[in-house]
Amino acid sequence: MFLASPSIDQTGVEERVQRLNTRSIKKNSKMDALKLAMSMLDLTTLDAKDTEGKVRQLCRKAIRPHDSFDDVPSVAAVCVYPNFIAIAKDALKGTDIKVAAVATAFPTGMSSLEFKLKETRWAVAQGADEIDMVISRGKFLAGDYKYVVREIEQVKEACGPAHLKVILETGELSTLDNVRRASDLAMDAGADFIKTSTGKIQPAATLPVTLVMLEAIRDFYYRTGKKIGMKPAGGIATAKLALQYLVMVRETLGEDWLNADMFRFGASTLANDILRQIAKEKSGVYQSYDYFTKD
Amino acid sequence: MSDKIKKFEDKAREKSEAELSQKRLGVMKTYKLYVDGKFPRTESGRYYELKNSEGAILANVCLSSRKDFRDAQTAARAATTKWAKASPYNRGQILYRMAEMLEGRSAQFVEELTSEGLTASEARSEVEQSIDRLIYYAGWSDKYQQVFSAVNPVASSHFNFSMLEPTGVVSLIAPEETGLLGLISMIAPAIVGGNTVVVLASYSKPLGAITFSEVLATSDLPAGVVNILTGTRAELISHMTSHMDVNAISYAGSEEKELKPLQENAALNVKRVSLWKNEMDWSSEESQSPYRILELQETKTTWHPVGI
Repeated sequence: MFLASPSIDQTGVEERVQRLNTRSIKKNSKMDALKLAMSMLDLTTLDAKDTEGKVRQLCRKAIRPHDSFDDVPSVAAVCVYPNFIAIAKDALKGTDIKVAAVATAFPTGMSSLEFKLKETRWAVAQGADEIDMVISRGKFLAGDYKYVVREIEQVKEACGPAHLKVILETGELSTLDNVRRASDLAMDAGADFIKTSTGKIQPAATLPVTLVMLEAIRDFYYRTGKKIGMKPAGGIATAKLALQYLVMVRETLGEDWLNADMFRFGASTLANDILRQIAKEKSGVYQSYDYFTKD
Repeated sequence: MSDKIKKFEDKAREKSEAELSQKRLGVMKTYKLYVDGKFPRTESGRYYELKNSEGAILANVCLSSRKDFRDAQTAARAATTKWAKASPYNRGQILYRMAEMLEGRSAQFVEELTSEGLTASEARSEVEQSIDRLIYYAGWSDKYQQVFSAVNPVASSHFNFSMLEPTGVVSLIAPEETGLLGLISMIAPAIVGGNTVVVLASYSKPLGAITFSEVLATSDLPAGVVNILTGTRAELISHMTSHMDVNAISYAGSEEKELKPLQENAALNVKRVSLWKNEMDWSSEESQSPYRILELQETKTTWHPVGI
């Protein structure tokens, strides 16, 4: 099935992205879009130097992004390393905010399948609602698609009730053709979400790559009737860019995908830029990062 | 037949070459903004015609918008860390370099100031004083810290000292009457103290300010430390003074209808305000002073325990 992936017209994709970027969103629509973007955030901390304190602080920000803005929604999820799942779960008790954990030897995926499955099961047992896995890029680029598919299938099985997001790490896939193929086989193998990047490799999420993945999701929906979610991650630091992503989702997949169940942003600094823009819309005055909490 | 054609062609070529040598079209300069070390046009696509006293058009000058200011502020903010960390000696060298570049291009500045209405001798004097002003502040760069810092007597067993740190991003509204000297008199004390600035140049005399940005671009001054916009005060002052990520305002003028909202906006996030009066004689001694550097500095006082 996945060998039938269509080839991608790179120039066409870039032109379409450029055309969509000319949309101007102002006033009330902007305010609504900013809040929507906030509600779609996977507030992320994936540093090797993360501590319990930092994770708790991030969770508090996830619940209430701004001290005095009552109309700003909580984020969708908090994304952490597996060893912080229990802490995040505890800090988010009593809220709808999900805990997402990266697993399968994140970010490289360079380990045995056995180990990855064990890690996944452990993460789910710790209480993770969502698992962000990485595909084996080496195997994919070597053409061993069967291995990649089987791996995703087994991780999906290990997830049980938890949602599975499959990270393609598009920055390492070189071509849009590869991005399309990887998207197709991840969805065929049972992914609930497909995700662009780990955030550890440059380039991370880009608009053209996301457009290709959204089109793959659309074609998959036409073929199977199943709706797969999308998560661009890494490098989305400004509210303006986030709104451009939303326009693209709306134009490619329609309103069914414009909610936190079907679309997420993986980001850390984006939250503060969204708050800054909301404050600007409210007060009419350009804001400074000095007046927003760091995490 | 072919001879005839050749003759005709030769004649035509001679004629056009003669015409070309006589009537070469001059290349006119496009006066643009200076933001983040680059020379962009205004994002708004609006311009105003600058005319000389006879009504002839001198240039189409950019009419900057609030978004141009926002972009300039972003560039200025990004430049603060590196510029504040540069050694005072290095900052002084760069100011001196600016003076060198200005000196080398003084003829061009004299011509532009003359076209805006000054007499040749007035223009020459303004350019010379501008160069001298840069040298003056270049000299202060590694000295003001000694003069204004202090070791303070305290009753407890602490070594207590105060020193200066740059304030950050400064919105600078240059004087209307003098296009070059006033502008430089205000920029120099701000940047020599490690601040970065977004400048609104004189509306009626913008040429010197724009050409000065070419001096800045060739003086090893890091991109974003000085950003120069052209346009109207009425449109830009409120944005320049209300932006929460601006730390100080340096304003030249005495207009009550500008000063009141300026002070109110400054109070939003307690910006420093450095005022330069309208009737100021920019060529006088009072227009240059190390206290102008001090006005755009923060004093940090440290209590260091001793003898415990």
